[in-house]
Amino acid sequence: MTSGIRSQFWHSDGRRLSGLSTLLLLLPFFAIIAFVFVYPIGQLLWISFTEPKPTLDNYARVVTNPVYARVLLRTLWTAVLVTGLCVILGFPVAYYMSRARAAVAAFVGVCVILPLWSSVLVRTAAWSFLLQRQGLVNSGLMATGITSEPLKLLYTQSAVVVAMAHVLLPFMILPIFGALRSIPDDYMRAAAVLGAPRFRTFLEVILPLSLPGIASGSLLVFLTALGFFITPALLGSPQELMIATLVSQQIREVLDWPFASALVGVLTLFVTLLALIFSKTLRFDRLMGAQ
Amino acid sequence: MKPSIDKGSLALGTYVYAVLAFIVIPLVIVIPMSFGQNDYLEFPPKGFTLRWYAEYFSSRQWWSATSLSVEVAFLTAICASVIGTAATYAMVRGRGRLATLFQILLIGPIIVPHIALAVGLYLFFQTIGLSGTVPGFVLAHTVLALPFVVFTTTAALGKVDASLEAAAMSCGASRFSAFRLVTLPLILPNVVSGALFAFIISFDEPVVSFFLSGVRYKTLPRRMFEDIEQNLTPIIPAIATLLIVLSIVVLLGAHLMRSRTKN
Repeated sequence: MTSGIRSQFWHSDGRRLSGLSTLLLLLPFFAIIAFVFVYPIGQLLWISFTEPKPTLDNYARVVTNPVYARVLLRTLWTAVLVTGLCVILGFPVAYYMSRARAAVAAFVGVCVILPLWSSVLVRTAAWSFLLQRQGLVNSGLMATGITSEPLKLLYTQSAVVVAMAHVLLPFMILPIFGALRSIPDDYMRAAAVLGAPRFRTFLEVILPLSLPGIASGSLLVFLTALGFFITPALLGSPQELMIATLVSQQIREVLDWPFASALVGVLTLFVTLLALIFSKTLRFDRLMGAQ
Repeated sequence: MKPSIDKGSLALGTYVYAVLAFIVIPLVIVIPMSFGQNDYLEFPPKGFTLRWYAEYFSSRQWWSATSLSVEVAFLTAICASVIGTAATYAMVRGRGRLATLFQILLIGPIIVPHIALAVGLYLFFQTIGLSGTVPGFVLAHTVLALPFVVFTTTAALGKVDASLEAAAMSCGASRFSAFRLVTLPLILPNVVSGALFAFIISFDEPVVSFFLSGVRYKTLPRRMFEDIEQNLTPIIPAIATLLIVLSIVVLLGAHLMRSRTKN
């Protein structure tokens, strides 16, 4: 009896699943990812290299045609601007949150996390209300006398940059906050005891130690911004396409699948490459509050 | 270090609250706008009416889009939490042989731009007849929601002592009953909060839905996209207000669930 229990215990190792059970439990996950993620994207990449014949022509068109090259540059530049704006806006918030009392930090945290889980469409729609000709921003500018007639704000690249920064800001604040929170208070105290003024403590202790968080947030924002579709589609000008809106146009209006596939290929390969190079920097688990 | 209120921290505080206003105002502003009486959007809104809510609830188009989104989100929450919990359990309790492959495939749907997945699925699902169908939407949204379910359940499962299961099994329980009777109750709050996240991810998902929606079957985000693109009417702030309330309810639910595990 005892030996039976013990043999069962040892047989299953008590803790570790057998190879077969592990595989069976993982099967649904691998199946759905293969069928609904790897295959469809692989098919697009295949088309981009093989249609109409095995060729790199589709990619050559993306890079050499000045219209499309400009779309690529605009997309890159927009992502850079959005990332920069997010650092400037986000870092002080993360810093404040990491040093504030618990209740204040919780309040700031709610202000940051609630938008993260509300619809991108809601946030984009809100910006189109704000930036309309008779919107709040224009009436504010006119009331303060900065401008005498309403400015064209909607359907411009600036509208896209501001709204994208608004949507992506939580992805910057949370990783920086994670890095700042893990700096022990003792470091600041030690610097103060040794006579460092607060500004120098900030420059020589806090800033260097928060760099991993800034890098992680910047990469996350930059990579997400490159593929953004909803915000440029609704707030941008049709003359100033970004790569995702160009893909949509090529598929829905021009029906040029090989070219659209090459555009998707450029975007996907670039983003994946960056993510692989910086895989240590990206910390997705931080987004869910798990450390 | 005694807290001192000097010019530096005053400036920091001011700046931080200005940024918070930038974050929150665009969301809050839709609420008063949804009660405005006029047919066009203006600020400040004039009068008070529930007309736009009534219009939303009585419109067949909006209603069919909403019910499709609810159905898809509900099924996505179930699929993602079952598949995600099974996979997490295998990774935490297994021998970790497939760990690298698992992690790459898990992060994939977060890294690869949604537009790429949307276009790929648009082509693939059309050839096999899944485009614009409930199973098609559910499959796509499950892939997008899985990483978040795995993150929330991994955190909980790591804290459950494996020897509890071993004890149950040495008393004669099978691996499955040990999981069902011992481990699952302990991680259930996190599984439920993962399911809530999956629900909201699916319900608000705009890009894949944009490409997979057919003429007949449109999800709520796709209908909203068309309405924002063509004519901004105050029905959009009304729906936006309802969606914000939904996000708050879901986040609060997930938070309460997860704080139960800690106690």
